[in-house]
Amino acid sequence: MKDKLKNIFKGGLGQLTIPIIAILVLIIFNLFRDPSFFRITVELNNDGNRVLAGNLISIINAASELAILAMGMTLVTAASGGQDISVGAMAAIAGSAFVKILKYGGNINGFVVFAAFLVAVIVAMIFGAFNGTLVSVFKIQPMIATLILFTCGRSIAYWINGGATPTVDSGIVKAIGGFIPGCPIPTPVIIVIAVAIIFKLVFHFTSLELFTQSVGINGSAARLNGINATWIKLLSFIILGACVAVAGTIGVSRLGLINHETLLLDVEMDAILAVAIGGNSLGGGKFKLAGSILGAYVIHILTITLYAMKVPSTDVKAYKAIVIIILVVIGSPVIKKWFAKTVARIRNKKSQVPVKGAQ
Amino acid sequence: MQEHSLLEMRHINKLFPGVKALSNVDFTLRAGEIHALMGENGAGKSTLIKVLTGVYQDDGGEIRVDGKTISIRSPQDAQNNGISTVYQEITLCPNLTVAENMFIGREKDVLVHKKRREKRADELLNELGIPARGTQMLGNCSLAVQQMVAIARAVDLNCKVLILDEPTSSLDDKEVNVLFGLMRDLKARGVGIIFVTHFLEQVYEVCDRITVLRNGELVGEYLTEELPQVQLVAKMIGKDLDELSSFGEVQEKYFSDDDIFYQATKLSSSAALPFNFAIHKGEVNGFTGLLGSGRSESVRAIFGADKVNSGTVYINGKNVKIKKPIHAMKNGIGYLAEDRKRDGIIADLSVRENIILALQVMKGFFKPISRNEAESFADEYIKALNIKTASRETPIGSLSGGNQQKVILARWLLTHPDYLILDEPTRGIDVGTKLEIQKLVLKLAEDGVAVTFISSEIEEMLRTCSRLIVMRDRHIVGELTGSDLNQAQVMKTIAGGETDEG
Amino acid sequence: MKKKLGSLLLVGTLVMSLLFTGCNKGGGNTPAQGGNTPSGSGTIKVGVVNNPPSESGYREANVKDMEAVFSAENGYELKTFYSLKNDEQLQAAQGFITEGVDYLLVSAAETTGWDEVLKNAQEAGVKVYLFDRMIDVDESLYEAAVVSDMSAEGDLAVQWLLSQNLDEYNVIHIQGAMGSDAQIGRTGALDAQFASGKMKKVVQQTATWDEAEAKKIVESVINSGEKFNVIYAENDGMAKGAVAALDEHGITHGVDGDVIVMGFDCNKWALRELLAGNWNYDGQCSPFQAQVISDLIQGKTTATAKKIINEEKGFDAKTLTQEDIDTYGLGE
Repeated sequence: MKDKLKNIFKGGLGQLTIPIIAILVLIIFNLFRDPSFFRITVELNNDGNRVLAGNLISIINAASELAILAMGMTLVTAASGGQDISVGAMAAIAGSAFVKILKYGGNINGFVVFAAFLVAVIVAMIFGAFNGTLVSVFKIQPMIATLILFTCGRSIAYWINGGATPTVDSGIVKAIGGFIPGCPIPTPVIIVIAVAIIFKLVFHFTSLELFTQSVGINGSAARLNGINATWIKLLSFIILGACVAVAGTIGVSRLGLINHETLLLDVEMDAILAVAIGGNSLGGGKFKLAGSILGAYVIHILTITLYAMKVPSTDVKAYKAIVIIILVVIGSPVIKKWFAKTVARIRNKKSQVPVKGAQ
Repeated sequence: MQEHSLLEMRHINKLFPGVKALSNVDFTLRAGEIHALMGENGAGKSTLIKVLTGVYQDDGGEIRVDGKTISIRSPQDAQNNGISTVYQEITLCPNLTVAENMFIGREKDVLVHKKRREKRADELLNELGIPARGTQMLGNCSLAVQQMVAIARAVDLNCKVLILDEPTSSLDDKEVNVLFGLMRDLKARGVGIIFVTHFLEQVYEVCDRITVLRNGELVGEYLTEELPQVQLVAKMIGKDLDELSSFGEVQEKYFSDDDIFYQATKLSSSAALPFNFAIHKGEVNGFTGLLGSGRSESVRAIFGADKVNSGTVYINGKNVKIKKPIHAMKNGIGYLAEDRKRDGIIADLSVRENIILALQVMKGFFKPISRNEAESFADEYIKALNIKTASRETPIGSLSGGNQQKVILARWLLTHPDYLILDEPTRGIDVGTKLEIQKLVLKLAEDGVAVTFISSEIEEMLRTCSRLIVMRDRHIVGELTGSDLNQAQVMKTIAGGETDEG
Repeated sequence: MKKKLGSLLLVGTLVMSLLFTGCNKGGGNTPAQGGNTPSGSGTIKVGVVNNPPSESGYREANVKDMEAVFSAENGYELKTFYSLKNDEQLQAAQGFITEGVDYLLVSAAETTGWDEVLKNAQEAGVKVYLFDRMIDVDESLYEAAVVSDMSAEGDLAVQWLLSQNLDEYNVIHIQGAMGSDAQIGRTGALDAQFASGKMKKVVQQTATWDEAEAKKIVESVINSGEKFNVIYAENDGMAKGAVAALDEHGITHGVDGDVIVMGFDCNKWALRELLAGNWNYDGQCSPFQAQVISDLIQGKTTATAKKIINEEKGFDAKTLTQEDIDTYGLGE
């Protein structure tokens, strides 16, 4: 029983060690730097809602799009052993489609918003299927295949709204990107939780997790066990498409504005990083969604910390890179092995002492 | 027991996540002896060697060389303590000369004169009686000579303990004899040699002592002359010998056409030429032939593993289409692939997940097997097939080959197939597991399952199959039953020419 | 079911590949065909080489302005070519010269490499006007250059801010992509104020034109509890991001608010925010050079210098009218 617990602890935390330690270190660092950093207050916002505020809320709120994308990216990584670098551009497309439909109706009500979101999801899933087809049917390297949309995705987004940066003025849209009246928690955070629950349910009610991991670890064996590897890979890209649409919709709703050039700019790299920081192999196979979600929060704690420290704007990316290099190197197999060896050695010394004494 | 103990390993333990690879193992090597280290796959031989050579760190235990306690943290430590290893694969550079290979990387004086180096090499080679010259390119030497150069290099490193890990597996008989000559010569000089091999006869030819490991534990140390070969095998597999011989003859069975489960005419795939084939319920048949004869390709075509080009298939008399593995599975066919690593295991997934995989695929994407159900399935088959694993959650990749194979077998058994194709299920696994699998095959047949069994070991097939299909050059060239099922007849049919039938 | 899905995918792929081929060409071909109106007597043939409208809201307004002014009703025959690539632009310019346009209008992708083409134009008697961007060639090769002065735009905004006569200026300065012309021009004047001590720099960060990033920057200042009363964002989008942060934390802004909000570009939606009193100021780097050039061509005005600085605009929320929005606002 004790051994069992030990195993669960070892196996369960194993992959999440790095992101959890990273979060703890960042939190402790911030507490030393400024004890009030994590203070949470309740404020009355300009719409008359009582809402939670503070750096912690800002971090969890701002990381929402990234967390959702990281979940989808984890699935694509696991199934295809590669990454989709077009998520930012696809989000611009989905966001543009969302706004286009909103603008179409004139009077924006709940039904129109829902329809617009549905269109955004369908559009993003079609583009995801395009990426997925290139990868699964035509066996193109995921990064190369998605380079196409990465390159021209924002141009496509430009055409949807004719290049303008249209704004949407609607309480419903504002509620999606901000706060639902009467609810103090930012809506994007609630959406992240909802998406995570949906993933959990999908994993529970389908064999997606088992099949995806099987395809990612050993495609040949998976095929001989009757799994349609092509379909699983394609499916992962389509699911990522849906995630992209959700993230894009949140991004647009935050400001009620779509700027196809800047919406979720460079988010693909952060999403891939979140997957890696979460301890998931970028070569595919076994994965843990929780790791990627934590990875997303690590990236945003880091960003907000740097902003709070007023690190010169031009230097922020460099500092971010340094921390990420450290995280990724710590998580590398070489260091892990070294660490395991050292631990074993220390344990050996301890256990050797009584042996020597007995002689 | 007054002999000088060169190397003493005491109470060696080694833990891997969830598995105790070595538990309290002792090993003693005396100066001037050749000592065989024996055991089945997964017994702990290679772990012990790796602890000794510094590849792994032990988790408790003591290593003494010449009575002095030492700690080995790295291969460099091992070498400094006079422990050298020559591996199965040659790890030298074929594009350098023999002399360069012997001294490279360990000359304090980088600017050693080339001629002087070659002279020293020639002296050493001459002394050891190795038929090579220092100026020769290593790549031009035979494998045996390359092996010996590696040994010469080790010897010149002032080694007291020489570990030979499967050195003979790529050598022919003549070369093996030359190598044994060298080993005896080194033994006479007081070097202690640890000899790891699978070939029992070689052990009896050259070794003084034998240490047997099983399941990470020491079984015992024996003088070679005091341990008959049969007993050695029994100690390795830990089973009574009677059990080995209790197999008996395959009972001849008679099948009527009504019992045909699977029938294919002119079946062909991208890899297999058209062939006809049928199998009855409860029948065990085999496909045999040399490598590349098309035996694997044919059964893959039955399962739809390769692109199926033509053919009509009847299952239980009903015409069906099998184009993909899933079609075959839905029709009650299971297929254990030839290459376990490439086509069988999902290495990073747990034993549990590997076991339920095929059943899950058959049930479908939207009907997942619940965790509880999966766990009881896994436990059931771990117990039934005696799978040695730390737990059902252990990644299958960390199991020994034989146990991995059992997991894959469990995967297919769980689907309750009507027809199971086993392509080389016993390759690369230990004797004990081989027997268990053979028994299992016969048991399945008794229960009415049709089984196709492929093995490179003809004896194994003769023991299990009641009908043998012989292939040559991608064509079926014979079908042997009854009294024709003997080694000589099979060989003759494989080789071709006239057959005795007629 | 599977077949249906397959065909759906196929259609999707086809549509995508069509879109893809389209986007490679940067939409450069379609507008060029718009100039195929029969050249009657008396029409002035104008060839415009510009950057594509997809480049920015500014460029889009710029392109629309050109097309509106050099229209058939105004007596012009317009040929256009849009590309972000200098060599494609050079080829197109040479093509226009060969076709025999009367005037060649250029906003170049790069400042170098234009000597030969412009010389060819001179020999062929084609008059050249530069707009929006200068080119690295001898002055004699073109009639005039109508350009913006970015630093003047920044000066105008800062002067407006000073005229508000606040007791103290605690400024959150959100910059555009570092090194861009607009960022350098809009930052310069404010930096001078920070240096002189007249205004206090609470934070100066780049959001690289990203609205969401701007929101994060302002949020982190609010969370730190530091005082500020001015947000100077170098474009409208970032100003909107900043305002979103203020709204979420219950901080008032605009004409009667605690915080002054300043933006740039004069998008129509941004000007509407001004009109509603949510923001205070919006500055513009004018994309409207067509009328100036048209006047020069038709001799209504004469160039006093080779380099003509286009008049920059700055709008105060208190004086802005709907008419201004209709006239000067970009986009819809």
